[in-house]
Amino acid sequence: MGELRLMKGNEALAEAAIRAGADAYFGYPITPQSEVVEYLMAERPENRTGMVVLQAESEIASINMLYGAGGTGKRVMTSSSSPGISLMQEGLSYLAGAEIPCVVVNVVRGGPGLGDIQPAQSDYFQSVKGGGHGDYRLIVLAPSSVQEMSDHVPLSFDLAFKYRTPVLIVSDGLIGQMMEKVELFDQMPRLTDEELIEKYPWATNGKPVGKERRILTSLYLDPHRLERHNHHLQEKYREIKENEVMFETIDCDDADYIIVAYGSSARISQKTLQLARAEGIKVGLLRPITLWPYPENEIEKFVEKGVKGFLSVEMSAGQMIEDIQLTVKGRTKVAHFGRLGGVIHSPEEVLDALKQKLIGG
Amino acid sequence: MSGITIQDIIKPENLVYQKTKLMTDNTLSYCPGCGHGTAHRLVMEIIEELGKEHETIGVAPVGCSVLAYEFMNVDMQQASHGRAPAVATGIKRVWPDKIVFTYQGDGDLAAIGTSETIHACNRGEQIVIVFINNGIYGMTGGQMAPTTLPGMKTSTSPYGRDVNSMGNPLKMTELVAQLPGTYFVTRQAVHTPSAVRKAKRAIKKAFQNQIDKKPGISFVEIVSNCNSGWKMAPVESNIWMEENMFPYYELGDIKKDGQLVEKK
Repeated sequence: MGELRLMKGNEALAEAAIRAGADAYFGYPITPQSEVVEYLMAERPENRTGMVVLQAESEIASINMLYGAGGTGKRVMTSSSSPGISLMQEGLSYLAGAEIPCVVVNVVRGGPGLGDIQPAQSDYFQSVKGGGHGDYRLIVLAPSSVQEMSDHVPLSFDLAFKYRTPVLIVSDGLIGQMMEKVELFDQMPRLTDEELIEKYPWATNGKPVGKERRILTSLYLDPHRLERHNHHLQEKYREIKENEVMFETIDCDDADYIIVAYGSSARISQKTLQLARAEGIKVGLLRPITLWPYPENEIEKFVEKGVKGFLSVEMSAGQMIEDIQLTVKGRTKVAHFGRLGGVIHSPEEVLDALKQKLIGG
Repeated sequence: MSGITIQDIIKPENLVYQKTKLMTDNTLSYCPGCGHGTAHRLVMEIIEELGKEHETIGVAPVGCSVLAYEFMNVDMQQASHGRAPAVATGIKRVWPDKIVFTYQGDGDLAAIGTSETIHACNRGEQIVIVFINNGIYGMTGGQMAPTTLPGMKTSTSPYGRDVNSMGNPLKMTELVAQLPGTYFVTRQAVHTPSAVRKAKRAIKKAFQNQIDKKPGISFVEIVSNCNSGWKMAPVESNIWMEENMFPYYELGDIKKDGQLVEKK
């Protein structure tokens, strides 16, 4: 059993970065995720593992520091919240284009614009449809507990390096701020420079003797070369889609209705399942853990099994619902419920919505 | 001269100069007459002379020198527009013993990248910044730069830069020299053999500072011509540069060994 601690989600994430053997964290304070950089600064990871922590002058600088350091093969991470993540979109597009592994965390708050500092899930489109320019995808993980805020960090690093791609952890202000018991994994060693050079021959950390220089760029002035590069990226995304879908199902075996929810909404909806079952309504929960790639095969299986409807519960005006509809294709009912602008829905509200929009509707 | 052939002349003992092996054989994408090629060569010659071929990571900008990595035969990253100092910060912080430099134009460094430039300088990152200032956006076809001179005509200041509405040319180099995080700040040119020799000494000092882990950034501005953008013949553009750019962008060291140089 690993070390047990009572921690905020943001703190668990920061501690997990150190334990996952991250080489560097670059970040800029923004509510509700400032605890990440505060925790790291207080913890002095340079003494624990040699990890570098730097407060950048902006989110734009943070993401570009990730590009530089990540491009040398180091394990690098940043975190921010919605407006800051918007500032990073150009950088994410470059990182995806140049195939630089890194981990980016969005502790989502209400929007649009400056919005507020309360939890929201309204950055789904930006996360999974590509907030930056060009044909690219991010692997997107959605933790729904403080435990997963910790566990998703090493998982994200593994995926980032396996596919040479940025990985986005989409949390929200509720998961980031709430305290829960967390079992921390043991310290993983950082790669030595020699191990890193051996393992990542693409990394730009000084041209090896007797070998060609390495170049990291997303620029291909010849459109045919750029098309080939894009096909290569698409091939990688197909492979990710094939292999990396993650989800959890609760009480789905006999369910007439399926709530689809991730992150905080999944936690809230678990209580709704109990309330519904107490009233004799058979409801199950499908919780996507990867928002991209999306568990569309699971949705398909439920449709084929003949469920009577899906309720997409998200703290947004209805964004993830589009991915459900894409698979359902009108074969059964799909409805959305969610509070907006940082208001958190209650399990009772979710149950009422289920009754009104699916059962009675 | 009868009887002497070219083969008699090409002998090791007659060799006085050869292209550094750290410049690739790729055809330069720069216009004939442009100073970028010379500036590239100087940076690469110095890295070879300092024996740092295998320990250097360069960062290319967006602008005319976006393709610098095609010509510089060291490990290179291509940064998004203006962000090269942040990218270089990321590299240097995780590889403190490597040699890291950025190569940036005036639009990249002094307009869109102002924040990254000032903060990298203010933190005193141990990197070298090579800043090519030709007072115009060359890559996009001759638009006004932050460093365009007053009254100078460009495609976005077709009646001349009106400083009342378009602002004054930005002396970024003097500005960063004021920050405690800069260790060596100088302004050079590469339009004549003697200027090239001086520029080479300055760039070499900048890299030597990094090797010696001197505290802070070494920042080398090179005032250069853009004959295409200025719509002049190469020689004419160099004369124009001497007569118009140099009085505003005065050549010489601005800060040495962390101390501002007193003006005589």
